[in-house]
Amino acid sequence: MLQIGLARLRQGHRTVAFPAEAPVLPDRFRGLPLVDSTKCPDGCQTCAEACPTDAIAVEEGKVRLDLGRCLFCTDCVDVCPADAIRYSQDHRLATRTRDDLILEGQPLQLARALDAKSRRLFGRSLKLRQVSAGGCNACEADLNVLGTVVFDLGRFGIQFVASPRHADGIVVTGAVSENMRSALLETYAAVPPPKLVIAVGACAISGGPYAGNPEVHDGCDSFLPVDLYVPGCPPHPVTILDGLLRLLGRLDE
Amino acid sequence: MTSNGFVTVRPGHAIPRGQVPDLRMAEFRQAILDGVVRGHRVAALFAHTESASELRLYAVLADSARSLLRVCRSKMDSDSFPSLTPDCPQVHLFEREIAEQYGVRAEGHPWFKPVRYHASYRPGHDAWGRRPGQAQVIGITDYYRVEGVEIHEVAVGPVHAGVIEPGHFRFQCHGEHVFHLESSLGYQHRGAERMLAGGPTKRTLHAIETVAGDTTIGHASAYCQAIEALAGGQSPIRAEVLRGVALELERLANHTGDLGALANDVGFLPTASYCGRIRGDFLNLTALICGNRFGRSLVRPGGVGFDLDASRRRECQDRLEAAYRDVENAVSLLWDSASVQARFEGTGAVDRDTCQALGMVGPAARACGVECDARQDFPSGIFRFAQVPVSTWSTGDVFARAYVRWLEIQRSVAFIREQLAAVPEGPIRTGIGAMKPEQFVATLVEGWRGAICHAALTDASGRFARYKIVDPSFHNWMGLAVAMRDQQISDFPLCNKSFNLSYCGHDL
Repeated sequence: MLQIGLARLRQGHRTVAFPAEAPVLPDRFRGLPLVDSTKCPDGCQTCAEACPTDAIAVEEGKVRLDLGRCLFCTDCVDVCPADAIRYSQDHRLATRTRDDLILEGQPLQLARALDAKSRRLFGRSLKLRQVSAGGCNACEADLNVLGTVVFDLGRFGIQFVASPRHADGIVVTGAVSENMRSALLETYAAVPPPKLVIAVGACAISGGPYAGNPEVHDGCDSFLPVDLYVPGCPPHPVTILDGLLRLLGRLDE
Repeated sequence: MTSNGFVTVRPGHAIPRGQVPDLRMAEFRQAILDGVVRGHRVAALFAHTESASELRLYAVLADSARSLLRVCRSKMDSDSFPSLTPDCPQVHLFEREIAEQYGVRAEGHPWFKPVRYHASYRPGHDAWGRRPGQAQVIGITDYYRVEGVEIHEVAVGPVHAGVIEPGHFRFQCHGEHVFHLESSLGYQHRGAERMLAGGPTKRTLHAIETVAGDTTIGHASAYCQAIEALAGGQSPIRAEVLRGVALELERLANHTGDLGALANDVGFLPTASYCGRIRGDFLNLTALICGNRFGRSLVRPGGVGFDLDASRRRECQDRLEAAYRDVENAVSLLWDSASVQARFEGTGAVDRDTCQALGMVGPAARACGVECDARQDFPSGIFRFAQVPVSTWSTGDVFARAYVRWLEIQRSVAFIREQLAAVPEGPIRTGIGAMKPEQFVATLVEGWRGAICHAALTDASGRFARYKIVDPSFHNWMGLAVAMRDQQISDFPLCNKSFNLSYCGHDL
């Protein structure tokens, strides 16, 4: 018992200061990609050709980047002859619509808060049921992490619950395998309305590395009305938390 | 070199496909059975359509005493083959997988049912006689059933209570007492293996990195070793060190997380809470190296994608020591708490003979006293030069699976310390050429769950004719079922967590 008490003292208080302070991220963290089309050599398609998920298209010298497909890998950066594409440290990536994830030079329209009525319902208490439908356990792991003392999701009134009956919405990960389609839809149906759908990770948004495989449905978009898209492969926990807090109107900038 | 019907080859060394001996089916079966009697483990057993009409079975046996793989194959002349499972239980899932993928029957298989519930790769051939286009409904199968007064069945999943992957579990119980558990998986099937044929494409490596996302480094290492062998290239020594460090960081993060989760499942919250955080500290060390907590874009064919400069190396060393001090403090509470020990000891025990008969791997096998570890038995990369002692325990129960993880945490930290103290100079990546045509290669990497096996066959143009992935979970799911026999059903979460197997790695 004494040892347990001493360990408690030793391990200390480890909850991050986010969102009161900016998150501490590694210098090589791959956040929002930045593209400078003016640097692109004429007719250059190397990034589009290298992109594993065809998230990049170059048309008439304009680069179109779909964050919903982006794996945040280094394949485009590695081949670009002009350093026209690079990753920023910006962890803020979540949007309210699928179209907002498509960047053609405009700034990313971060997720707007829910309407006033929904915020009254969910703003201070949001219970979520997670459904992995073909997820690789990376998105799942970084959702789980939100429940640890580091992110302490409970301090925002957000919690993952064991039953859809107790939930205000579902968080979907994975490309939606055909074998999970029915379980996903039944779980969604079991959540009492009004309810939210949050798609976390490239797979849930677009199918990720598995897009186009006949065994998957390229994400949950075609089945469910998605309220929040959190891109990444997997998204950093702070990116997910940022999205959740924006949705609830608890972040200003 | 051939012996006893096999060609012997070192993992990570390619040989022409023609050198793999073609045995008659009876000889093929006998060769596998004889190999298993001599103590070899079936690392992979898979089928490949050599042409539209010609189907061959390939067997890859791991001979740990000689650090060699033994490979043979056999042509199938009908839509069925005699099942080896009654004589060799460790192939039970491989045979079901072959049957489902290629529409051939394993005659005499005691558990003959689908693995992932998908249509056969060969239209017109179906092991269960289903018509083309007939719906495959996942989970609809003949479950093993116990008959008797007051026997009842408990069904769990595919959607579980926690934030975890989906799978279905069917228990045969008498009150709290579990007679049998059947794990019925396949919900995570994404076509991850099938999509690799004809490759590599620009997407291949990303599929490999997400075969089991918590084992990104393990699978990417097994894949890159295969590619390098097929192309006749080699990754530089500095890259091998970084791959080894990343592999051990992956082990540290997952073992730490598992010990925390085990503590949570017995209601011991201090360790659960601390380890949940410290797991992140190890993931963040991987992110310090490559920017991603799971090591995405780090291991690349011909080397690694990120270098470790001197200041980054020092930061890595300092943070490793801090995380190790914290995990030592957090985990030691487990061993000193009688309430934890009472729940861990004697729960979900698997005996050594059963473990070997099932072909189990990784910490779950080492917890049964089986000295198997690909880092020692089949050293590749930096593990050829730096040995990691094999950590074993003898009791095969939840305690043993927990304690082996703690022993391995200590060994992994020692390994990383040693490697970071003397990172060799030189490049981190070399160009590798095109893959040679008509080759065979298999690689073995000790991921945190156990031995990962990748096997590849190239075609006449040097593309993948077949790419086989065997995640360690594929060997171990039956171990969990056996561990649950004669346990209380309330101990399932604890037993399950003590294995912590991959669903997507199994379902592919």
